[in-house]
Amino acid sequence: MDSPPSDVAAEARLDVVREGTGLRLVLSGNWKLGAGVPPTDGLLHEIETAPPVRIRFDAAGLGAWDSALVTYLFVAFGLAASRGIEVDGSGLPEGARKLVALARAVPSRTVAHPPEDDALTARVGRVALHSWGTVGDAASFLGETLLALGALVRGRARFRRVDLLHAFESSGVAALGIVALINFLIGAVLAFVGAVQLQQFGASIYVANLVAIGVCRELGALMTGIVMAGRTGASFAAVLGTMTVNEEVDALATMGLRPVEFLVLPRFLATTLMLPALVAYADVLGMLGGLFVGVTMLDIGTAEYARQTREALALRHVFIGLAKGVAFGAVVATTGCYYGIRCGRSAAAVGEATTRAVVMGIVLVVVVDAIATVFLHLVRL
Amino acid sequence: MTPARPHVEVKALTMAYGDHVVQREVSFAVPRGEVFVIMGDSGCGKSTLMRHMIGLSRPAAGEVFYDDQPLWAAGEEDRERLKRKFGVLYQNAALFSSMTLEENVSLALVEHAGLSGKEARDVAALKLALVGLAGFEDHYPSEISGGMRKRAGLARAMALDPEILFFDEPSAGLDPLSSRRLDDLILELRDSAGTTIVLVTHELPSIFELGDHAVFLDAERRTMIAQGRPDELKESQDPKVRAFMSRGRL
Repeated sequence: MDSPPSDVAAEARLDVVREGTGLRLVLSGNWKLGAGVPPTDGLLHEIETAPPVRIRFDAAGLGAWDSALVTYLFVAFGLAASRGIEVDGSGLPEGARKLVALARAVPSRTVAHPPEDDALTARVGRVALHSWGTVGDAASFLGETLLALGALVRGRARFRRVDLLHAFESSGVAALGIVALINFLIGAVLAFVGAVQLQQFGASIYVANLVAIGVCRELGALMTGIVMAGRTGASFAAVLGTMTVNEEVDALATMGLRPVEFLVLPRFLATTLMLPALVAYADVLGMLGGLFVGVTMLDIGTAEYARQTREALALRHVFIGLAKGVAFGAVVATTGCYYGIRCGRSAAAVGEATTRAVVMGIVLVVVVDAIATVFLHLVRL
Repeated sequence: MTPARPHVEVKALTMAYGDHVVQREVSFAVPRGEVFVIMGDSGCGKSTLMRHMIGLSRPAAGEVFYDDQPLWAAGEEDRERLKRKFGVLYQNAALFSSMTLEENVSLALVEHAGLSGKEARDVAALKLALVGLAGFEDHYPSEISGGMRKRAGLARAMALDPEILFFDEPSAGLDPLSSRRLDDLILELRDSAGTTIVLVTHELPSIFELGDHAVFLDAERRTMIAQGRPDELKESQDPKVRAFMSRGRL
């Protein structure tokens, strides 16, 4: 579309000349995108002041041109057409005339979008309806998962055993490192913070009680749940989301295999069964973190610390932590799989599904933990 | 003599996403053992129609019948059983990326036909050989080309010897030779196995080469505006259909 460069290195210029009932637009200088697209305000003003019958062009002084000229002409032709003004493009360069004709050949398609009410009440209503829809959808997903569990109990669930083994690996063994590190540090931090307070009363040895009960009953499960939401929940959402985008989930459905049974069930089982095991592992590592601080910074003997821990730690604390592990496993697997299966059909949707799975997973883990803590307090456990 | 019972029948189907109607009142019948083409301009809802026909999206109104059995009025169990009548080749093949080609093909054989591992492997090897992929059984989808993936997807769709095969844009993303090979395979399936083929496409060469019957969906009017044999549609009364069938040359 670029014409040979002109000797005239002048700026784009447009002069509007009145010729009786018509307008002549005199184009001169270089009309290049580098200098921007000249505004059509002047022309619009002329047209509205005294509507002409006809517009013609004089491009004798036109230098180099590119899309800047074609854009201007496209807008100008549109202005004229909308007001019933006849346009004579014969004075334009042939290339520009053809490009404008091509751009105007297909009338712009008006897509019927219902007008959206922008009032605050309407916006709140839309958010509420959307949220209600999501709650209903999540409930139906949960129902499907429970039906799949029912099918498993009756021995009729259809999924690949190898998928279950992979899920066991990814939500169990593969998470050992990060779970160990986080819980060891949490145990150490808890011991350190507790020691600073307890030392004032000469009760440093009770650091062992604080760490043992705090980690086994609460923090071991909570931190492992959060780590798993960020790790395994994200991984489930990304894998299932990508399968949705690639139509693999549709392919399963048309093969008569239920996606929830085939894809969600093995992940749900693996995470729900592996998370308590990880919590037990996390408890041990958390207490080792406390022991490390007790022995190195508080001058408590290893045997003494261990004895104090044993005396403080009732079995119910351990079981409460493990039970929370089962609940967190179910929460992490369900949120990760839900957002993965309900993912949109684009690359961006996979990212969004993963983010939502992690955020919702962490939120639900903490909410379930809070509810469990209040409930256990009420039943005096 | 009464006309033969259609293999698939779509009756007054209206498809919508929420309040947005994609197509309304679409009705047609797919004769047994023919290649039936669903065509139309981009965004007209061809693939959406296919999703409604294969049980992935519930219609806003209307019904799809397979041998006079309704798909959507049926219970979950009956619908699952009806689905086993057909195989689907998706636009990008939709092979399970974590499985080898053989595992992809044998999955339905193990789950639905109850074949043992060895039997399923043998049948899978046959299906892959039929589409020219003998020797690629242990390859993963990421290790083969786009055309080979399409053919592997076809092998998977054919696993249970379906009565009806659905193809969503089979030529999309393929070079002319691969596209031609796939077209030949489709004809082969119709002629040798008597399979009914439903083809969603806007590729004119494939439409004329393969199509026995066709319907045309219009994006603007949001309904079906023509049906008939492809060569008849070339002479359609509707200028848009005529222009489409002659690639814009009127």
